[in-house]
Amino acid sequence: MSEPAIRIEHAVKQYGAVTAVNDVSFDVGTGETLGLLGPNGAGKSTLIRMLTTLVPITSGRIVLHGDDVTLNPDRARLSIGVIPQAMTSDTDLSIEENLSIYAKLYGVSREQRRKVIPELLELVNLADRRTSLVGTLSGGMRRRVEIARGLVHSPLILVLDEPTTGLDPVSRVDVWEMLTRIKRERQLTILVTTHYMDEADRLCDRIAIVDKGRLVALDTPRALKSSVPGASSIEAQFGDEPADWEPQLRALAGTLTVQALGGDSWRIVTDDAGTTTMALAELALGAKVAIRSLAVTSTSLDDVFVYYTGHGLKDSLAAAAA
Amino acid sequence: MKRALPIVERELRKFIRTPALLVMVLIMPVLNLVVLGNAFGGRVRHLNVAIVDEDGGPAARRVREAMLSLQMNGDVVRSITYDNERDAARDVRDGVVQGAVILPPGFSRRVYTGEQPRAGLLLDNTDAVVAGTLQGVLNGAVQQAARSAPTTRYIRAVGLDPVELFPFVPYMRYMLPGVISLGMFMTVMIGGGMSYLDDKQRGVHEGYLVTPITKFELVLGQNLAGTIKATISGIMVTVLGALVAGVYDIFQPMRFLALILLVIFVSFAFMSMMSCLVARMNNPMLPRALFGILNTLLYFPSGAIYPTQSLPTWLRWITYVDPFTYAVHGLRVLLLKGAAVRVVLPDVFFLALFAAVMFAGSVKLFRRTL
Ligand SMILES: Nc1ncnc2c1ncn2[C@@H]1O[C@H](COP(=O)(O)OP(=O)(O)OP(=O)(O)O)[C@@H](O)[C@H]1O
Ligand SMILES: [Mg+2]
Repeated sequence: MSEPAIRIEHAVKQYGAVTAVNDVSFDVGTGETLGLLGPNGAGKSTLIRMLTTLVPITSGRIVLHGDDVTLNPDRARLSIGVIPQAMTSDTDLSIEENLSIYAKLYGVSREQRRKVIPELLELVNLADRRTSLVGTLSGGMRRRVEIARGLVHSPLILVLDEPTTGLDPVSRVDVWEMLTRIKRERQLTILVTTHYMDEADRLCDRIAIVDKGRLVALDTPRALKSSVPGASSIEAQFGDEPADWEPQLRALAGTLTVQALGGDSWRIVTDDAGTTTMALAELALGAKVAIRSLAVTSTSLDDVFVYYTGHGLKDSLAAAAA
Repeated sequence: MKRALPIVERELRKFIRTPALLVMVLIMPVLNLVVLGNAFGGRVRHLNVAIVDEDGGPAARRVREAMLSLQMNGDVVRSITYDNERDAARDVRDGVVQGAVILPPGFSRRVYTGEQPRAGLLLDNTDAVVAGTLQGVLNGAVQQAARSAPTTRYIRAVGLDPVELFPFVPYMRYMLPGVISLGMFMTVMIGGGMSYLDDKQRGVHEGYLVTPITKFELVLGQNLAGTIKATISGIMVTVLGALVAGVYDIFQPMRFLALILLVIFVSFAFMSMMSCLVARMNNPMLPRALFGILNTLLYFPSGAIYPTQSLPTWLRWITYVDPFTYAVHGLRVLLLKGAAVRVVLPDVFFLALFAAVMFAGSVKLFRRTL
């Protein structure tokens, strides 16, 4: 196979005593979308900054389509479009002006600009707003302006740091649909960080989970989910369960673990949800225990995340918000 | 090199879109000119002066008439008759009157005989401006009264007759060059220093740094943009200020051209200094605090509002390296003296050298990484 779009080899970033990125290695194939997941402070942004030549690499190397970011930064810069975490387009300039200034910074010729900018505006669905000041746009529209801005020099790789953080749900869907479309139409290689599992699940070909600067898992969403013991979990609430209820639950066919959630609620992790649910229903009927509620959920990326990092993403989100 | 241009384009487009900044940058200096120019430069008036006539002779009467005429003409002094020197002295001390003229017994006789007539003047010297003004006008009144004696055996003291080379310069005009410089400095401070750090804070620099722009191009672009902004505001303040201060002859083509050129050099010197100062800063609050410090450190010792000749030696060292000094000197020469352009060449030379050093410094200090 030809060389990958992104090759990261033993990348390390040291900030004084803090090792923000600790010996991370992986490849991203051409045309692939890779999601970078990890709790706050995991080193996602640092990795992206090394990749986009914003911070020097302490050791190891990163190669983009054959160009080493340390040895050949200007060529590497031309092959990546970067959409930073903060919205940095100028609110008092129009969409077109914002794009045009960035195109010039990348040295895109006038003829090329005339062709590319209308195409991009079409792509992100903002053609009719091209003369609007960016300050008058909604959050989702603004993010789309930034995505278009990242594409003005027709890069091969698109790097996005938390493109949907801070957007309302409608705008989020908007942005991800846009990305799906761009990916389909342009065969771009995309590297994206996010805090939203559902999005990562839907859009990414593969997902890398980083924690405390280390790469702890890297695979397709499907493979990651099946790597977590227990394919599904059953959450049930009972009425008047007997004292020895827990061992009885453990004995159910297919059961892996049983966890008391309090308030008569229990969580049963199983590798065969169908069988276990049937067995549970029979057990409850026989023991004359009422089932007040019953929910079966298949493993989500959230479970994967908890499994690999030892804490929930929602916890770290809450910590970040505080 | 060519990647500096989009930086300039962005800055200028933003500058034009925010007229509030331009208005602020214009209003502040002009306000300065009008308020300070009138506050400091205006003549002191309505001064109460006690007059104690212990002589009662004709010469004394003429002094009192002269003082009355000062009251009629422009209401500079108002004379209040006192019976004795003691009361007058007390009221000067208490601030009831600003000064007292004492005409001692025998004043008129001495005027006639030419025996060095003397009149006393009590002044409240805690207020130098009022005391100085009173001394000037009252001295005139007394001299006049003495001189117009019918038989002039009075020998006039040796007088120093000043010859003024330039038309009378009211204080407002004296301030004009400083105010123009201040306007440019403010533009650079806000449109160069603060906006640079705000951009850095917002992550706009991150956006620049992921493109193939070089460090030199980035700094050059920022300096060019700041210089253009300061030049625009400099020219506007020059025109507006000249109109307010009544300097109408700046519009002669050669003079105006020379002014514009000087303004460009001053703008570049200020901008490169600013860019050097903020190159390594990250906190957008810093330049706001810096403004006060720089203002005191650079504006006041420059001769903008008070002659540099009055400064102690250690302060004059600041004066020598302060770009404000050369800006103010150059502008003053062109605005008030209408002198030949060659007179400002040393100023331009210093400003160019200063700008070159500062520019090189800011390229050196600027970091291409976060
Ligand atoms: N400039 C810096 N100086 C010192 N330490 C830094 C610097 N930048 C990042 N770090 C540290 O490196 C670690 C990784 O930070 P990074 O911003 O890469 O995390 P992240 O995964 O992007 O987190 P988030 O989800 O909050 O964006 C953190 O411990 C952070 O404190
Ligand atoms: Mg981050």
